[in-house]
Amino acid sequence: MRKFGKLLAATALMSAAIAGSAYAKTLVYCSEGSPEGFDVAPYTAGTTFDASSKPLYNRLVEFKRGTSQVIPGLAESWEVSEDGLEYTFNLRKGVKFHTTSFFTPTRDFNADDVLFSFDRQRNADHPWYEYVPGISWEYFNGMSMPDLIADIEKVDDYTVKFKLTRPEAPMVANLAMDFASIVSAEYAAQLEADGRQEMLNQEPVGTGPFSFVAYQKDAVIRYAAHGDYWGGKQPIDDLVFAITTDAAVRAQKLKAGECHVAPYPNPADIESLAADPNLVMMEQQGLNVGYLAYNTQVAPFDNAKVRKALNMAINKQAILDSVFQGAGSAAKNPIPPTMWSYNDAIQDDPYDPAAAKAMLEAEGVSGLEMEVWAMPVQRPYNPNARRMAELIQADFAQVGVDVKIVSYEWGEYLARSKELDRKGAVLLGWTGDNGDPDNFLAVLLGCDGVGGSNRAQWCNEEFDALTIKAKQVSDIAERTKLYEEAQVVFKREAPWATIAHSTVFMPMSTKVKGYVMDPLGGHWFDGVDLDQ
Amino acid sequence: MIVPTFFGITIVAFGFVRVLPGDPILALAGERGVKPERYQELLVQFGFDKPIWEQYFTYLVNLFQGDFGTSIATKRPVLDEFLTLFPATVELALCAIVFAVLLGIPAGIISAVKRGSWFDQTTMGIALAGYSMPIFWWGLLLIIFFSGTLGWTPVSGRISLLYYFPQVTGFMLIDSFLSGQSGAFKSAFMHLILPTIVLGTIPLAVIARQTRSAMLEVLGEDYVRTARAKGLGQVQVIGVHALRNALIPVITTIGLQVGVLLAGAILTETIFSWPGIGKWMVDSIFRRDYPSVQGGLVLIALIVMVVNLTVDVLYGLINPRIRHQ
Repeated sequence: MRKFGKLLAATALMSAAIAGSAYAKTLVYCSEGSPEGFDVAPYTAGTTFDASSKPLYNRLVEFKRGTSQVIPGLAESWEVSEDGLEYTFNLRKGVKFHTTSFFTPTRDFNADDVLFSFDRQRNADHPWYEYVPGISWEYFNGMSMPDLIADIEKVDDYTVKFKLTRPEAPMVANLAMDFASIVSAEYAAQLEADGRQEMLNQEPVGTGPFSFVAYQKDAVIRYAAHGDYWGGKQPIDDLVFAITTDAAVRAQKLKAGECHVAPYPNPADIESLAADPNLVMMEQQGLNVGYLAYNTQVAPFDNAKVRKALNMAINKQAILDSVFQGAGSAAKNPIPPTMWSYNDAIQDDPYDPAAAKAMLEAEGVSGLEMEVWAMPVQRPYNPNARRMAELIQADFAQVGVDVKIVSYEWGEYLARSKELDRKGAVLLGWTGDNGDPDNFLAVLLGCDGVGGSNRAQWCNEEFDALTIKAKQVSDIAERTKLYEEAQVVFKREAPWATIAHSTVFMPMSTKVKGYVMDPLGGHWFDGVDLDQ
Repeated sequence: MIVPTFFGITIVAFGFVRVLPGDPILALAGERGVKPERYQELLVQFGFDKPIWEQYFTYLVNLFQGDFGTSIATKRPVLDEFLTLFPATVELALCAIVFAVLLGIPAGIISAVKRGSWFDQTTMGIALAGYSMPIFWWGLLLIIFFSGTLGWTPVSGRISLLYYFPQVTGFMLIDSFLSGQSGAFKSAFMHLILPTIVLGTIPLAVIARQTRSAMLEVLGEDYVRTARAKGLGQVQVIGVHALRNALIPVITTIGLQVGVLLAGAILTETIFSWPGIGKWMVDSIFRRDYPSVQGGLVLIALIVMVVNLTVDVLYGLINPRIRHQ
């Protein structure tokens, strides 16, 4: 009976809220999938970040809307020591955590929250290190944070010092990434005292522009604008994620007015969506690159001239037309043009099968048989790897190279493509994490990545020295120069055939105002308004 | 039979995910990859470093204690996830089977009685088409026509986002009714129409065809001729004497449709963004989320077993000969 009474009360409350918000501005976003949880740091998927870190949390520093430029967030300012080993962050005062039905904060955000948010990821003996079975901190580990951070020190309530083991220029950009979201230490302590630690992942509390209201698994997530948000109250009152996994259905929902914004349209639907008078189609070049990585440790691909010749045999325009259906641009560098330090002076290899054939003959390569690996999954940087592999197969046939297309299950594909003695060239790609060129050049092409994320198994001393140096200096102009030089070396040595950078489309209702596309691929609704 | 079947299911469920290529740690890490030493740590953390028989034994022991494990992806107990989503699938499956029975049995009876007529030929033609219909294509077609062009039904979901009330039973029709919010029940009902038709199409076709053939067989029996000779009316002959006997194989068919419904739910739930276990299982398989896939398979198998048992009992109720044996 008591339970029923509670239920009635809850129903009455919710009904009142609905009635009271009859004229509330509610933006509906038809998201492409369900979040794995609402505590950001244990996860790596963009879908989870869209539903957790973007609306609910802040970080010490943030990416300026629509750019990969780092601006102050929960830290108002920061200083870097001369030797690049100490980063001191001055925290913002008066920042409120969300007040929700399950938590009422008694204090503002302070250094304890920063320490809690990072210590739980880096100290195996921290009580929150494995607060639910099987939890792990993959992004924190993936970004080599355990090796990089020597210590985090609370100087006072509003000052925090990060001590590093080595100079690392991208450090600040790393702290703007999702895994560095700041959670409430006070809320965590309350959950711990109640023996309900797992709720941190289910009923989240942050400082972000929206607070969590409810999640109906695989169906709907509801948020309300955070009234005390340090950045000011949002123009919309409520934000709803209607989880709609099928792209064709998302398109229908947009047309029917059941959602205002829907990501990742099918290429085939783009034209009809753009033609709808009630919709607008935003587009932006993605911060990504799709490539074909040769194994530079296996003959004849250890010869740069052979690689160069093969690159000249690839008809990129045909790939753009057929695989990307126009939603992409040819790549000449390993980083996308929207990224700082992109070297536009570099000339792409011309598409010239005759010259390519002659170059191969000059290098003594004839009757070459090779494998081209096609990914089994669709990715923004490669919407149809099988088709791309077939086109490359046809291109290489023209220069006398016989290609066999192979594929594996995705996990196997990723694992086997790392092998040093791998046969053949691998189709793969990368989407930037933090807008720093280091995140592409060092991760994908550095000597440290050989046998790992460097699928070309390419270790070039000149290139490596440039990227290592660029990581250790903090002056952007100097870093830019070093990365531009590194791109020249890359082009000369051709460990990859750079294929394309994709275009990302975002259809939305004409009622949506102020939406800005994120070059890093996230979906943000702070600052977005809705015409009633 | 239930006990050995159950053990068989646990072995199949446990083995099935492990013979799939790929592993959950690599799926979790994606393009970013995971360092070999970290990979080893995670193997230990998830218990995948132990011999396979030991993993199975631990799994079985936990299972008997009601512990279906924790999802690798969401870090939540598998049983909790299953129970949260299960009512949505049951609601949809029940509506689909009711839809299939209410239309399929009368259609089958009329087709049998009017054998060879235009009605019979049309109905059986449609049934054949329905049986061969790819669910995904059929669902999208209905959405584009009824939701897109005509605007009669909502595109997807369980209820309009305007309505927000606590879940009591997990069945949206009941919860929306209990909420007392005006229009909520109608919204839930409207959202059920298209997914019900899509999921119910194949069972409808099967039931209609099965009813027709069972009816045709029964109509040729001596006791039906006797009933007619006694001067009973058409309604009594068909409704009382023929139908009761014809229904026996139809009930078995309906029971067997449970498996079809659960398989169909995977596609239907994906098209209509229906938050049920079908979609959850697919997501779990793609993530190589071993505990979720294992738990889901075992729970679904248990449900199918229980339904089949219920059908057997029903069978006895309808067919006294079985009861007397």
